[in-house]
Amino acid sequence: MSTTTVETPATVEPPATVRTRRRGENSRAGSLVSHGILLGASVVALFPVAWLVFLSLGPDKDDYLHPGGIWSKMTVDNYAFVLQHTNFFDWLKSSLIVSLGTTVLGVFVAATTGYAVSRMRFPGYRKFMWVLLVTQMFPVAVLMVPMYQILADLQLIDSYLGLILVYCSTAVPYCAWLLKGYFDTIPFEIDEAGRVDGLSPFGTFARLILPLAKPGLAVAAFYSFITAFGEVAFATTFMLDDQKYTLAVGLQSFVSEHDAQRNLMAATAVLIAIPVSAFFYLVQKNLVTGLTAGGTKG
Amino acid sequence: MTVAIDRATGKRRGDRAPRGGRFRHSYQKYWYAYAMIAPVVVVLGVLVLYPLVYGLYLTLTDANSLNTARTIGVNHIDATYKFIGLDNYKDILFGPTSYDRFWSHFIWTIAWTALCVALHYTIGLGLALLLNQKLRGRTFYRLILVLPWAVPTFVTVFGWRFMLADGGIINTALDALHLPSPAWLEDTFWQRFAAIMVNTWCGVPFMMVSLLGGLQSIDGSLYEAAEMDGATAWQRFRYVTLPGLRSVSSTVVLLGIIWTFNQFAVIFLLFGNTAPDAQILVTWAYYLGFGQQPRDFAQSAAYGILLLAILIVFTSFYRRWLNRNDQQLAI
Repeated sequence: MSTTTVETPATVEPPATVRTRRRGENSRAGSLVSHGILLGASVVALFPVAWLVFLSLGPDKDDYLHPGGIWSKMTVDNYAFVLQHTNFFDWLKSSLIVSLGTTVLGVFVAATTGYAVSRMRFPGYRKFMWVLLVTQMFPVAVLMVPMYQILADLQLIDSYLGLILVYCSTAVPYCAWLLKGYFDTIPFEIDEAGRVDGLSPFGTFARLILPLAKPGLAVAAFYSFITAFGEVAFATTFMLDDQKYTLAVGLQSFVSEHDAQRNLMAATAVLIAIPVSAFFYLVQKNLVTGLTAGGTKG
Repeated sequence: MTVAIDRATGKRRGDRAPRGGRFRHSYQKYWYAYAMIAPVVVVLGVLVLYPLVYGLYLTLTDANSLNTARTIGVNHIDATYKFIGLDNYKDILFGPTSYDRFWSHFIWTIAWTALCVALHYTIGLGLALLLNQKLRGRTFYRLILVLPWAVPTFVTVFGWRFMLADGGIINTALDALHLPSPAWLEDTFWQRFAAIMVNTWCGVPFMMVSLLGGLQSIDGSLYEAAEMDGATAWQRFRYVTLPGLRSVSSTVVLLGIIWTFNQFAVIFLLFGNTAPDAQILVTWAYYLGFGQQPRDFAQSAAYGILLLAILIVFTSFYRRWLNRNDQQLAI
């Protein structure tokens, strides 16, 4: 990919449109087939989620066995019940605190790290990159018990900060790598200009590079948020107080508590999906640009 | 990945070094570099490396929930587990019933990883190629197709459980078509089938989005040149698209393998502790350490170390193989 190394993301677009326009002139049958396949794939992608939403509107716990009956008795009672009579808002609060905490802390730390490995060659650089890769491979099983003991020693069990730190340790290595790739695409001359104008290295980073790296930061933020929001194993083990459960744990406890009441489960699941998907669609515009920059530049 | 960076920057290092010299002395530059990576080093050191070393130590003992230090009410009970050397590994790999406890899960994990990543990649690439055309409504398609990634796994897996349950929509539909309706959540083969299906559904969007990014960064003039030389559509795909995607592909495939190998949520949430034969090594290790009584911390950690060893060996071979073909691993 040596040809694209110096390109900024903005210049990636024109050739793609040129090529696709030419391709777009292909036969009408071809585009019909494309539409057909994409429509089919969209249905497959959409259906499980839509089905969950549909089931959540049925008032009885066994409605999922007779979905046809839901049309006639559709109701939002499940949602009302979940919002009023469960710990849903406590769980939501915990989830948001933990996820946003992970996002802010994780992206900040990953950005400084990514900048350092992108711009400076320091002794131990290669080993450090290797460690970041290997960290991706750690199975939960080997870390769980020792992590629990360390957090207990630091008085961080059952605290948001403990969970945020744990999630950072999984999200930061990937984000640092992603951002390193992105920083590599920002011309080195910008740093020089900043330094000539008397900014410190950290000033260059904060005032010049960070604003230019917004798409990359958005992807990193999204990745951290999703990782933290959807994590199950650590949250189950480290959060003991049911007021502090994250939604992932809360939904599970809800399942065993109301084992047969699948309608409530479905409603909770839908409510959980809403904030995440909203956040997702906020950053998705930058998703492809960021991943490309991170993915293709060595 | 490190290799790629070293190679990619190997070219640049030449023109970077004199530039660095122009500014400050190098030690001052290092000082800033270390200051900037210090937070990561501290977090990783305390929360990853130290636990890893401690976990490694646990695998050499017979620790379980009955003999580790714990506090019940006001009474503190000291740890009584003892050092037993490599016995845990010997037991897992060669002990009696080791086939049922380790090797069967091992084979299934390999099959699971290979099948899932192959499906992720093929479907993801196909959809990315389709989305890379100039089509009416492709933004709309893209927004819908990334939905499985946008909704958290633990939510969608519950959706799938509704669909796969006895009398759920999938079996009802199969019945209506007079096809056999398998017991998705009870029969071992169908459990595995269902797990792969759900994981494929969850994992395709990541591949699709990354590969779409890769496709868009391929220089359009290469296609023009190929077309002028009379290349067919297949030849353009084979000799322009695939080589152009190589660095993105090698990276996402590696990440996909690592993530799928350690995929915890899908199988854990789909089956819980009910399907011993469909557990991959990660969920099986979790079951040993946290899902049974007494909890067997030592064996669970030993499984973890074995998993890590498998992945590290695999990754170094993968890197070597890429280097031999003169490819680069990006991110």
